[in-house]
Amino acid sequence: MKIHEYQGKELFRRYGIPVPLGEPAMSVDEAIAAVPRVQRASGVDVVVVKAQIHAGGRGKGGGVKVARSREEADKAVRAIFGMNLVTHQTGPEGKKVQRLLVEQGLDIDKEYYLGVTLDRAAGRVTIMASSEGGMDIEEVAASHPEKILRAALHPALGYQEHQGRALGFGLGLDAKQVAQFSKILASLCRMYDEMDCSLVEVNPLITTKDGRVLALDAKVNFDDNALDRHPELSDWRDLSEEDPAEIEAKKFDLSYIALDGNIGCMVNGAGLAMSTMDIIQHYGGQPANFLDVGGGATTEKVTAAFKIITRDPAVKGIFVNIFGGIMKCDTIANGVLKAVVEVGLKVPLVVRLEGTNVELGKKILGSSGLDLYAAADMADGARKIVELAGGAR
Amino acid sequence: MSVLVGKQTRLIVQGMTGSAGAFHARQMLEYGTNLVAGVTPGKKGAKVEGLEKVPVFDTVAEAIRETGANATVIYVPPPFAADAIMEAAAAGLKLIVTITEGIPTRDMLRARALLQSDYPDAVLVGPNCPGVITPGECKIGIMPGYIHKPGDVGVVSRSGTLTYEVVHQLSSLGLGQSTAIGIGGDPVKGLDFIDCIALFNADPATRAIFMIGEIGGSSEEAAAAYIKANVKKPVAAFIAGQTAPPGKRMGHAGAIIAGGKGTAKEKIAALTAAGIAVAKTPAEMGVTLKSVL
Repeated sequence: MKIHEYQGKELFRRYGIPVPLGEPAMSVDEAIAAVPRVQRASGVDVVVVKAQIHAGGRGKGGGVKVARSREEADKAVRAIFGMNLVTHQTGPEGKKVQRLLVEQGLDIDKEYYLGVTLDRAAGRVTIMASSEGGMDIEEVAASHPEKILRAALHPALGYQEHQGRALGFGLGLDAKQVAQFSKILASLCRMYDEMDCSLVEVNPLITTKDGRVLALDAKVNFDDNALDRHPELSDWRDLSEEDPAEIEAKKFDLSYIALDGNIGCMVNGAGLAMSTMDIIQHYGGQPANFLDVGGGATTEKVTAAFKIITRDPAVKGIFVNIFGGIMKCDTIANGVLKAVVEVGLKVPLVVRLEGTNVELGKKILGSSGLDLYAAADMADGARKIVELAGGAR
Repeated sequence: MSVLVGKQTRLIVQGMTGSAGAFHARQMLEYGTNLVAGVTPGKKGAKVEGLEKVPVFDTVAEAIRETGANATVIYVPPPFAADAIMEAAAAGLKLIVTITEGIPTRDMLRARALLQSDYPDAVLVGPNCPGVITPGECKIGIMPGYIHKPGDVGVVSRSGTLTYEVVHQLSSLGLGQSTAIGIGGDPVKGLDFIDCIALFNADPATRAIFMIGEIGGSSEEAAAAYIKANVKKPVAAFIAGQTAPPGKRMGHAGAIIAGGKGTAKEKIAALTAAGIAVAKTPAEMGVTLKSVL
């Protein structure tokens, strides 16, 4: 689960990590009213107006503006609020800005990158720090890997002071700054652990001209498998940032991801679902979605999956690819029938069944009078659905 | 011969009184697995339908003492699963197969660190995996037993149903399996590709190896380097997720292209460079393996 920057900073504050003074705003009026309060509290006129969307790259897309007066702030608020912000992470369709963060401006001396995440190869949560702050860290990793300093955390012991010293002096901070930096790291790592984070990024972490170290940004993601342990986080979920079909799918415990193509897929198992997308593309088609109905699909789940697939107007054909293991093919066949009766079927349907009770499943579909193509195998099914959905592109 | 499991395996089921645990325990028993006990805290002496001859104990240690069990399979719900893994290791079991899906990463990091430091002999398979099967001898997990055939192809996979797919293709071609291992789709897990490939490489009953990888992480690349340096047996592979968009988690917690890394293209290139035959589509996994024999 992802949260907004202002929520991440709220979490930082709770953990004693220094962040700029600021106020979130859910409307233009709220943001304009927040400006003088932030100015008064910070003692400077300069404020920064930041679009709050989950995607990164906001600055480059025009979603972050520095204002030197109330008038400028006013203009910035009106320009950013409601704009369709396009960044390299939003995709070309962009994202409408509905929340802002109004923050004090700071006299930045240098910018750094700081990140904490799981290093899968090492099996350790790892701190990454770089003097190339503000930049896309993936670009730094590709072009100057030596500029990323790392420290791996022991799963039981966690962060150790010497790691902060190695990183801090490695970044070129002075002794006073290293002390602050190490304190920030200790808090950040404790937060990562206690809150079951999957990613914490501070890009940039800054030093100010008067020698302070602060987190100017906060990107915090949580481990979806651990959300039950943090019921307080459910208030921070912003459903407007998520795909409505994906939210609907989650209700039925389906794993669904919308894609750009025109062939709807319904598959059991994540690996098979991914490779079903692959084989459709291999035969020249484009999948409209990834959909894993899971191991224990019921008639209700199959019906829900069908509804979600057919709601996408781009879908010109549906490919059901099931390898029944524990799940029996007759269950799937009955589920498909029920779904078609309930939802209707306006596009071609190809069903490939294999595994437990496959003969019974095929018989159910065959005697149903339903207009569908029963595929002999996965390749046959993929070829057929590509043809029926309008051919290879 | 085979790897990890066989006739010698004496299995307990942790979480056998739950619905998934009971269902799969019956399936395993039916397949011929030597299922000796169930463990559910507070349910000692319970009778589970269809498993009346399998005694239930409160603790793993007690189950081992009473039945001589030497392996466990875990169906315990996610919040308690890491604890169940640690209990099994502490009781001295050397094979711990964890089926449970959705265990928090933090829990798995701790459990795995404990196993590595205090119980280095304990082998963890999973979590979030279909399990391990030596056809005709012992089935541990949730895979449909009947698609497997005894034989000499070792199978190792990150994906569940895709494992069934390749096993089915192999069996249809008359190619049986020595052992099929599902290592699971989580980012923090026990056995990885290299461990399984090393086991198959050392197993005289395994003649060839099929591995199924997917996007995310770098285990497939590591396995490719290992195979190039150490394995003389023929190896074929498939990588799922060639058309997956970056930044989207494709079902499995570990299946995500993050920061431009972990793409299928990179993995296929690494495997091909190591002389491994990579199936172009999931429909050609079996024939690809056959072509390298």
